[in-house]
Amino acid sequence: MPMATAPQAPPSWPLVRLDSARKYFPIRGGLFGHSARYVRAVNNVSMTIERGETFGLVGESGSGKTTLARLIPGLLRPSGGRVLYDGRDIARTHGGELNRLRRRMGIVFQDPASSLNPRSPVRASIRRPLDLQGVRGREAERRVLETIDRVNLGREVLDRYPHQLSGGQQQRASIARAIILNPELVILDEPTSALDVSIQAQILNLLQSLQEQIRLTYLFITHNLSIVRYMSDRIGVMYLGKLVEVAPAEALHDRPFHPYTAALLSASPPLNPRLRDRKRYRLEGDPPSLISPPPGCGLHPRCPFAVEVCSERTPPLVEAAARRLVACHRWEELTLKVGPGA
Amino acid sequence: MKVMAAPPETAILQVDDLSVCFETSRGSVQAVSGVSFAMAKGEVYALVGESGCGKSTTALAVMRLVPPPGRIRRGHIRLGDEDLLALSDEAMADVRGRRLAMIFQNPLVSLNPVYRAGSQIEEAISLDSVPRPVAWRRAIEVLGRVRIGDPAERALRYPHELSGGMRQRVMTGMMISRTPDLLIADEPTTALDVTIQARILDLLMDLCSHSGMALLIITHDLGIVAEIADRVGVMYAGSLVEQAPVYELYEDPLHPYTRMLMRALPRLGKGQGRLETIPGSVPDLIALPAGCAFHPRCPERLAICASQTPVSRVVGGGRTVACHRGEVDR
Ligand SMILES: Nc1ncnc2c1ncn2[C@@H]1O[C@H](COP(=O)(O)OP(=O)(O)OP(=O)(O)O)[C@@H](O)[C@H]1O
Ligand SMILES: Nc1ncnc2c1ncn2[C@@H]1O[C@H](COP(=O)(O)OP(=O)(O)OP(=O)(O)O)[C@@H](O)[C@H]1O
Ligand code: SF4
Ligand SMILES: [Mg+2]
Ligand SMILES: [Mg+2]
Repeated sequence: MPMATAPQAPPSWPLVRLDSARKYFPIRGGLFGHSARYVRAVNNVSMTIERGETFGLVGESGSGKTTLARLIPGLLRPSGGRVLYDGRDIARTHGGELNRLRRRMGIVFQDPASSLNPRSPVRASIRRPLDLQGVRGREAERRVLETIDRVNLGREVLDRYPHQLSGGQQQRASIARAIILNPELVILDEPTSALDVSIQAQILNLLQSLQEQIRLTYLFITHNLSIVRYMSDRIGVMYLGKLVEVAPAEALHDRPFHPYTAALLSASPPLNPRLRDRKRYRLEGDPPSLISPPPGCGLHPRCPFAVEVCSERTPPLVEAAARRLVACHRWEELTLKVGPGA
Repeated sequence: MKVMAAPPETAILQVDDLSVCFETSRGSVQAVSGVSFAMAKGEVYALVGESGCGKSTTALAVMRLVPPPGRIRRGHIRLGDEDLLALSDEAMADVRGRRLAMIFQNPLVSLNPVYRAGSQIEEAISLDSVPRPVAWRRAIEVLGRVRIGDPAERALRYPHELSGGMRQRVMTGMMISRTPDLLIADEPTTALDVTIQARILDLLMDLCSHSGMALLIITHDLGIVAEIADRVGVMYAGSLVEQAPVYELYEDPLHPYTRMLMRALPRLGKGQGRLETIPGSVPDLIALPAGCAFHPRCPERLAICASQTPVSRVVGGGRTVACHRGEVDR
């Protein structure tokens, strides 16, 4: 795509675009210290994140969600394929330009401790991105106050150390740090997994109102399907380093196209005891290794619908309906429904 | 007519007015304050509530394993016809081996680091004087049942060679290898992926319905509760504020705290409404507010709530609630 090098991409470009992106981690300790084996954490993923949307990313532990997220701000370099931010190839961006691109993104992790320095007052952690941009003194303080106001933190917390804050306050402080430079994209990696229900609700509400107020785009990673549905416009489902399905949130819940999505939905407790007897799709066994993933469709050893072709050819991610992508040889024949009754 | 939550004659576990505190340099932490509940044979009872509300401490008290500086200040705990708090340490150890079992929140605590995973299960099985080779074979079978891939090989591993999720599954295997009367499972699936979690929950439910084992499951995940519990007890700041059969709890919660908790759950899609939040924060268990511990945060509080502790009352349909609201009009 020659336009990738255009200086100013037209606004119709997706904010984020992955083209067959790969991230393989070499495993050391081979015979001669060579590393011929790899963990295929992200394996040929193509997707987009549109401006102003929340793209939810789900999948089980080790499916590559965090690795994919780290490719976007260039915290990891892709082993293959391309990662474009606003039309610019992150891998070909360096120095000041990369810095300017990264300023347009914020990241919030599951563990707030990873973005708050335990040895300094919270103010220093929140202000840190401003320091790096050379914003100091009164202007810096003004923006710190404006930002903590946005995340509903009181001024009194600024002089406290992280351990003197509750889990919810710590996560608000990390969100403040992530948005202080007025980013367009915020990557949220399991931002509420460590929090209690009532605190989780506060943070989810906060994220939604921030999105409305300052038109943020979110990449929201979680393994909780109720949360991802509540937060997302579109949802991507990962299995074994690959994106197996992408769909609008409601459509995905109403009728999943991929057997793995159906299994994930069946296994997720729906917060309603009346749905206990819902129809379920179960997977046999554990996920296989990312080092030597099975040939063909990665799910075939566990898939209740697998046929011969599934172990022979990798199903491509194809457009199955408007705004819907799926990577399964049999999606057209299957009518999957995880719902009440049965 | 008063309806008991579980009639005492069929109760396998009966906890009455249990209070546990931790004596610390800052003061006495009231971790559990006057908790009473009963469980029937084969029943799945879920104890829920937010972090620090006393769920694990309640369970540890039933096991008589509250660590120092904690102590049971008051109350009675009966398992069948045994008065657990009156037993000698030896007799209690025997009850723990045979009739009671617990899957701990941190699975490394109860797996012995110097024994192979399989040996620990084999050990539990051979308590029933099953010959060793048979016990070993059964241990491997159990590992398969808790969804450990390649169980014969994994049985030979030491705990530190297994992932957190696998250790948790080994623990689960150990506990179900001999069916106890009561299994206490403290957050048994927290480190696990949902598809594996679903398997473990299926397995536990299966044991309850087929062997009559009672399961006390402790969790803050209201999805898990909706999935497997028969009855639920909701804890707040050391007290059991409400008990109800699972359907009633989700559809018609009575205590203001439970009501708010239910509305804080994300059950809808994007743009279909905000989640309810609970103002304020949980109280310090060293200096609990007077009256109802929830009153400073409660939108429905009455004048009496700030001075008098509401007692748990039976409201029919196997439900209890500890709230001044409705004391007169219900
Ligand atoms: N720096 C690294 N070196 C080697 N392997 C790595 C590295 N980072 C991640 N991996 C491996 O890549 C795979 C994908 O990891 P990743 O953290 O992206 O998964 P995830 O979907 O975020 O999982 P979780 O839900 O547990 O957070 C895992 O097998 C992980 O062990
Ligand atoms: N050894 C101890 N010393 C002092 N206080 C303790 C000790 N153990 C627990 N506590 C306190 O007792 C209270 C109840 O703790 P408990 O572990 O029972 O809570 P929980 O409901 O299981 O929480 P979680 O969901 O986080 O596991 C908490 O406030 C805790 O800080
Ligand atoms: S491609 Fe085959 S194995 Fe893969 S999900 Fe579809 S049916 Fe199952
Ligand atoms: Mg991750
Ligand atoms: Mg606990």
